[in-house]
Amino acid sequence: MNLEESTKIVTTNTPKKFLTAGTNRIKLRPLTKASIVVRVTLMSLLLLTLYGFLTFNYAGVGLFEGIWTMLGNFKTMFVNTHFKHFTFGTALYQVLITLGLALLTTLFGAIIALFLALFAAKNLGSSYVSNAIKGFVAFIRAVPTVLWVLIFAVSAGLGSVAAIVGMTFHSVGYLIKAYSESFEELDDGVIEALRGSGANWWQVVFQAVLPSSMTYLISWTFLRFEINFGVAIAMGAAAGAGGIGYEMFMASGFYLDLKEVGAITYFILTFAILLEIFATKIKGRLKVRM
Amino acid sequence: MKTDFFAKKRRQSLLILFVLVLVCYGSIILTDYDVAKGFTSFPMAIDWGLSNFYPTEASLAKLPEILAELLQTVLVSIAAATVAAVCAMLFAIFGSSITKVNNFMSTISRGIATLFRNIDVAAWAMILLFSFGQSALTGYFALFFVSFGFLTRAFIETIDEVGSGSVEALTATGASYFTVVFQSVIPSSLPQMISWVLFMVETNIRSATLVGILTGTGIGFLFDLYYKSLNYNVASLIVITIVGAILLIEYISNYVRRVIL
Repeated sequence: MNLEESTKIVTTNTPKKFLTAGTNRIKLRPLTKASIVVRVTLMSLLLLTLYGFLTFNYAGVGLFEGIWTMLGNFKTMFVNTHFKHFTFGTALYQVLITLGLALLTTLFGAIIALFLALFAAKNLGSSYVSNAIKGFVAFIRAVPTVLWVLIFAVSAGLGSVAAIVGMTFHSVGYLIKAYSESFEELDDGVIEALRGSGANWWQVVFQAVLPSSMTYLISWTFLRFEINFGVAIAMGAAAGAGGIGYEMFMASGFYLDLKEVGAITYFILTFAILLEIFATKIKGRLKVRM
Repeated sequence: MKTDFFAKKRRQSLLILFVLVLVCYGSIILTDYDVAKGFTSFPMAIDWGLSNFYPTEASLAKLPEILAELLQTVLVSIAAATVAAVCAMLFAIFGSSITKVNNFMSTISRGIATLFRNIDVAAWAMILLFSFGQSALTGYFALFFVSFGFLTRAFIETIDEVGSGSVEALTATGASYFTVVFQSVIPSSLPQMISWVLFMVETNIRSATLVGILTGTGIGFLFDLYYKSLNYNVASLIVITIVGAILLIEYISNYVRRVIL
């Protein structure tokens, strides 16, 4: 059968509507459940945003005037920076306090979370315990950190104790989720092989689970450290935990000194960027070694 | 050789442990943290919470007021995340190594994102307090700036991850820059981006409470008000509504993520 004959057969046997290209286009994006959900999500985000802008409590501040003053304020803040109520050295010391808060909470959180995450991982413990811990942790994470700190502050008094305990609480919640998920990614075969050779639970944990998920654990912990630095600033401002956040709160709320707020912002920015670079470096080194 | 390896490893771990303990001790002194008090305050707080921190019938009367403030806070969080996502999309397209116009623009947009991301939301709130005062816009812009910085980085990573193959294919067929962006990059990274936006909404609601306490708006202010007037029953009711809202949003976004990813 040559080409002409076969074409003829095809054309005579196909219904006419398939041959008239242009009138019936092939649907490039079929309407699946996923695409419907994507559209509904986008539409509802858009509508809620519009509704939000219409109903905000503007308290007499115009949007565009506000933006205009904001730009002016940015210029004063970042160009005419000065120190008035404290010196460069004090600011540095205060940043170190904030870093200390972040470090302690991350460290305490990591130690506690490591133990609990072992029980929360589905492939290591019973599903009862796992579900109980995960549900409890979801609740801990749902309460914002500042509320934990304020709740602890009632019995411990405002200060570093309440801040550290409250922030640790939230860090534990976050890290348990992250750690247990990285434990669950471990290949079941490895655990089975070790169990098969007679290893007990602790041997499985120390010889297989921890070494193989170490990189994840470290990068999650560093991520939490970065977050905790931000939280520590916030707790200094909102819960009297001291550090650079408290200085900023005073400069902004009591002295109303824009230029000093600018100076503090530079400090925060520098340290946050340094932390980020440090974390990226460490993550990069770990990947090379593995 | 083998014993050497293990000995070296043990020395290394000991060194790391030593440094950690040292840094920890330094931080404890620096932050003036009372370790013993830290341990004792925990059971005390639980004890206090169980005996004082629960809503009563009288506090339920405040529920409509609380829900109205909560709704506003949720709307501020959603609006901030959505508008930030639109801006971040633009910056991410300029910033990603796959779709960048030139290196200069790429560096600039990455730099701007780093700047906005690394100033904490609390710091933004205190900075913006000068410009917008006690209106919802202070919180909105504080959340917007941080969301913008974070989403730009997340979107850049998404585009880098998803885009390369399809961009190369489309460029080979002679498609223009805009065709490549609109027909390949955006559609293929959209589900991942939506997932990030939903994550941002969750984060924003958590931060909105904090911003509210600092700037005197929304649900955070309401909590602060009752907390400082020692009306813990109403304060606990506010915490419960916040937790409810966050869990609900988490549930919705988990559902959306499961379907679209």
